[in-house]
Amino acid sequence: MARTVVNMPAQAKRGEIIEIKTLAGHTMETGFRHSERGEAIPRDIITQFVCTYNGVEVFRAELSPAIAANPLITFTTVATESGTLEFKWLGDKGFTAAHSAKLNVV
Amino acid sequence: MKRGVLFTAAAVLVAAAFAGEIPLAERRSGYDFMSRETRAMQDDDATNPGMLWVLEGESLWNRKDGERSCADCHRDAASSMKGVATRYPSVDATGRLLNLEQRINACRVERQKVPALAFEGRELLALTAYVTRPSRGLPIEIKVDEKVRPHLEAGRTAFHRRQGQLNLSCAQCHDERSGIKLAGNTIPQAHPTGYPIYRLEWQGVGSLQRRLRNCYIGVRAEPYAYGSPEFVELELYLMWRARGMKLETPAVRP
Repeated sequence: MARTVVNMPAQAKRGEIIEIKTLAGHTMETGFRHSERGEAIPRDIITQFVCTYNGVEVFRAELSPAIAANPLITFTTVATESGTLEFKWLGDKGFTAAHSAKLNVV
Repeated sequence: MKRGVLFTAAAVLVAAAFAGEIPLAERRSGYDFMSRETRAMQDDDATNPGMLWVLEGESLWNRKDGERSCADCHRDAASSMKGVATRYPSVDATGRLLNLEQRINACRVERQKVPALAFEGRELLALTAYVTRPSRGLPIEIKVDEKVRPHLEAGRTAFHRRQGQLNLSCAQCHDERSGIKLAGNTIPQAHPTGYPIYRLEWQGVGSLQRRLRNCYIGVRAEPYAYGSPEFVELELYLMWRARGMKLETPAVRP
């Protein structure tokens, strides 16, 4: 299920610090568990999260197996100019999810 | 004389059996027992992971399955499903006691002509969360009539019945000892105000019956199968016990 929720203000004053909350639906299987039959369950996690603001990277996170399912990542950035924020999640087994949001700076 | 004594003894026994019930005004949702952080997580839709299931439920609601989608008949869930979840489990026109999951499945089989969704599967949980969500903030309203009463009494009996290797009843923990600790955890009053819930321990969304299975295994009793009448009756009693309390779906619990 590649489903994401991004919450951030639609409008901000120039120079204002805005908070961005992101939530991605993912099981984050650690790779350390075994099935009832004793077989190792392969790792299946989100490995990377990147946010770009008008093409410039403003936030990046590398995720590890210790991170809970459906990771919630909250961060801040400075509203410099109107434009688009792109969010990208990459993971094991070719997992990708993307989201974009507009920010209007006044 | 002897009859009088017997009658008094019976009356005392009945009073003793339900003496431990929590007075209506002192009932508290599991929310009140949670940490500040977990409450904040539930309160904000942007951080509540249960919303991922609600969103998935929305796409299932609009997906054509078999002859029609849910939305083809019920239109906008925000208005058509408002308050519906506060009345379940309930007895339908044919006399069956159904919980909300079973009601959704009955609709699938009878109206959409497609197979029922598996209990505890992602799709049924997502649809149930989506259908319950418009009732958030509304009080639980279980109507008790002559069709419902026998089921309610069966549920009440199950709640007060000692079972499992530990020989414990639900009431012994959740009526008589709620608020004190069981190992590191506070024993909640067991009001099902937020199902389906996102439980941090599960790292996902689960139904009330999944939670009941946990408790059954905890007292080392064999749990009933998903959807069994015994579990639905217990669900009914728990919802009735929480009557008037507000739904929080999708709730987050530790």
